[in-house]
Amino acid sequence: MSAGLVILAVIAIAIGGFFIGRSRALGSVQGDVRKLHSLPNYYGQTVFLFSAVPALLVTFAWLLLQPLYVESQVSGMITAADVPEGGSMSLVLADVRRISSGLDIAITSGALTEDQLATMSADETDVRAQLAEVGIAVASEVRQNVFAAAKEYRDINAGLKITLTIVALVLALGGAVYAMSRITPDFRARNVAEMAIKALLILSSTVAILTTIGIVFSLLFETSNFFRMYPAKDFFLSLTWNPQFTGGSDLGIAPLLWGTLYVSFVALVFAVPIGLLVAVFLSEYASKRVRSLIKPAIEILAGIPTIVYGLFALITIGPLLRDYFAQPLGLGTSSSSVLTAGLVMGIMLIPFVSSLSDDVINAVPQSMRDGSYGLGATQSETVKQVILPAALPGIVGAVLLAASRAIGETMIVVMGAGAAAKLSLNPFEAMTTITVKIVSQLTGDTEFASPETLVAFALGLSLFVVTLGLNVLALYIVRKYREQYE
Amino acid sequence: MTDATSSNVPGERSGKTSLYAQDARTKRRNAAEARFRAYGIAAIVVAILALIGLVSSILYNGSSAFRQTFITMDIYLDPAKLDKDGSGDIEKIAKVSTFGYAPLIAKAFEAEFEKPGIGVEGLTAKKAAKMISKEGPADLRRFVLANPDKIGETVTFKFLASGRIDGYYKGRVTAETAKLDKNVSPEQLLLADQLKEAGVLKTTFNFGFLTNADASENRPEAAGLGVAILGSFYMMLVVLCLTLPIGVAASIYLEEFAPKNWITDIVEVNISNLAAVPSIVFGILGLAIFINFMGLPQSAPIVGGLVLTLMTLPTIIIATRASLKAVPPSIRDAALGVGASKMQAVFHHVLPLAAPGILTGTIIGLAQALGETAPLLLIGMVAFVREYPAGPPEGFFDPAAALPVQVYNWTQRADPAFVERASGAIIVLLVFLLAMNAIAIILRRRFERRW
Repeated sequence: MSAGLVILAVIAIAIGGFFIGRSRALGSVQGDVRKLHSLPNYYGQTVFLFSAVPALLVTFAWLLLQPLYVESQVSGMITAADVPEGGSMSLVLADVRRISSGLDIAITSGALTEDQLATMSADETDVRAQLAEVGIAVASEVRQNVFAAAKEYRDINAGLKITLTIVALVLALGGAVYAMSRITPDFRARNVAEMAIKALLILSSTVAILTTIGIVFSLLFETSNFFRMYPAKDFFLSLTWNPQFTGGSDLGIAPLLWGTLYVSFVALVFAVPIGLLVAVFLSEYASKRVRSLIKPAIEILAGIPTIVYGLFALITIGPLLRDYFAQPLGLGTSSSSVLTAGLVMGIMLIPFVSSLSDDVINAVPQSMRDGSYGLGATQSETVKQVILPAALPGIVGAVLLAASRAIGETMIVVMGAGAAAKLSLNPFEAMTTITVKIVSQLTGDTEFASPETLVAFALGLSLFVVTLGLNVLALYIVRKYREQYE
Repeated sequence: MTDATSSNVPGERSGKTSLYAQDARTKRRNAAEARFRAYGIAAIVVAILALIGLVSSILYNGSSAFRQTFITMDIYLDPAKLDKDGSGDIEKIAKVSTFGYAPLIAKAFEAEFEKPGIGVEGLTAKKAAKMISKEGPADLRRFVLANPDKIGETVTFKFLASGRIDGYYKGRVTAETAKLDKNVSPEQLLLADQLKEAGVLKTTFNFGFLTNADASENRPEAAGLGVAILGSFYMMLVVLCLTLPIGVAASIYLEEFAPKNWITDIVEVNISNLAAVPSIVFGILGLAIFINFMGLPQSAPIVGGLVLTLMTLPTIIIATRASLKAVPPSIRDAALGVGASKMQAVFHHVLPLAAPGILTGTIIGLAQALGETAPLLLIGMVAFVREYPAGPPEGFFDPAAALPVQVYNWTQRADPAFVERASGAIIVLLVFLLAMNAIAIILRRRFERRW
């Protein structure tokens, strides 16, 4: 049975258990509901939960761990001689997986029988050609050890699948029988069912934690692999970024970091004044009607996906800046540039800055405004000398959040900033950022276990640390500020 | 007190006679006030102009993707070419490759040339046949294989015009540029005008753009969004089925049951930080965990769906908690007062009352997920996919594209016709987003209760 069918079967058993449990509870008191401790549905629920939850949990954990176990079993069969020059163990294992799935297809399509396969050996038959017939391409000639490993892989997987089916069904049925055996009129079914549901709720709320752990561990693990191949000192201190297919690359983060900071700086220089002025105007000057029209219009900008901004940079802003500024001024000929990406990213950040600062400006107590007006200050003087200083921590928090957004933004810079890693001051030149290089290193054709690919994880970790630091700092500042007026 | 202002005004004003004449300082202050106000208005104008510029640039570039030039001609399905021995055996007909169909199209052009007013000097029928998309012969072959009994008859067939001819009617190609272009000649453009005059060549609404699969680099006219829309739909299905239950369960626990202690604090800080993690980091997570560790297939909607689920979960938890918080405690107290357990109070009373808010939050979270591109690039959704994924559930594991990634994909290609396609795809994406947000707003207006 495939995993999907197992899950469906478990659920079917559990639903059956619900109805049997319910009628059993009713039967135990001859239909007189008053004699039961809980409502009859709760008895059904206990049966459902006891049969479905353990079986499904075991199934999911099993599916997660099965590939690991099988690979550790199979990798013992492959000797160092089977790993091709310049290749790695993981590539050979990928081949093993592909061959075994090819064998499955060959058997279901009737090109091979189980008996033929059992006696088949890669030394005598051309496995590669046979697999090509059923549409599976294997890169290199299949060695005997690899082929044997593939067969073993198939056998272990098939065995485990049967075991999983049996274990899951036994657990589901066992849980149902156990829960049913507990049904008596005095059984506190509601309390038990509610405990179980609460446990599920707690489990769901740990998903967020697990995601964070997953992010941190996957980044740390591959980054440490990277630093084993490439010295950390060069990564942080080298001033050149020059990946090579053949090895011997320079992978210094400095030019990428410079590009990232430069683009983000341009974006913030554009977005912060405009966003702030918009927020001030909407909260201090605009009438209710104007505010109810303008505010949603500006917030539309926040709901537009970044790919749209990227395209806007690519087909409109980029050529515009090149034709009317860069070329007449003799500063560059490229349509993708720091300024292109920065300006478009600035547009994206306007609603972000404006709605966050709107909130903090509105949080400034009215009494402070009234005090200022009472002393004869004009509206703009009040804004500049009373409201903005009072809202400053919140505004700084908003700017920091916007900066973290800008640093982590990907699509706009992929499509607008260019791909050349440079340390230059000219804003009309194409430069590249950390996020652009994460995309290009991970979507390229280089082998996964090479420093050129793994560097993406080190870049990702740097990005994660920087943005997390900015967010924590921003939240800290905003929180501290809020305490002053409450 | 009233006459205090009329007599001795202190300071600079003392020499003035009239209150209506402003002194220099007041003028300066008033000017500063007006300036500041103007800055505010200017900022709003800039923001609104940016929005208008963004939308109109996309509409301007993309709306033409929904119109396409077609050439309708009578094609004689010559048995001598397609079914040499006349057996009608489908396997033998299938042996005739796409190239075998090109002469039939050239023949059809020859027939057109015999009509009055059609024909350009120096343009042979064979060269004229290049005006048909490279997809044209393939389409014809598919038609013949589906209807082998039509061989020997003359059928009216609607061909896609090539990308350059199509571009001519959309202003991308002119006689000048055609001289320098090896894919199109000025004579072909002349003939195209004559054919248009004769009603053979027409520009009509392009349904293929919404239903076709992606096409290769040099046939932009055949590229469509079908696979991408289906892939995005599958991903949204996965996201909906996972985030809604997990997000609601987590919010209920955190809002209604969790004790106030350091563990709960960590979970809450964690969720708010997760909401601000750059989306590309989720892509790295998906690549490392779902593809490398768990061995799920690349470019599959299930992996994309899982990654987007983790990404939207914080949004949905935050929205759900807000709407649970908005239900007044009196509802809970009343339920508890008549003997409900805490769990019953939440599931029978609080949750149904919070449902509109939760749904709104979910739709907005889904809209966010629909437009997300960066994490999908890392899990291999950029691959060129021509096959439609199968129906669910196997389809979740088949390679597919996604709407925003398809846009990115098209912008990376050389032919300028793909810019039009990419902008058209953005319009489709924005229409979906607009519809989802409109539903969210309607739901909120209709069902939201103010307590």
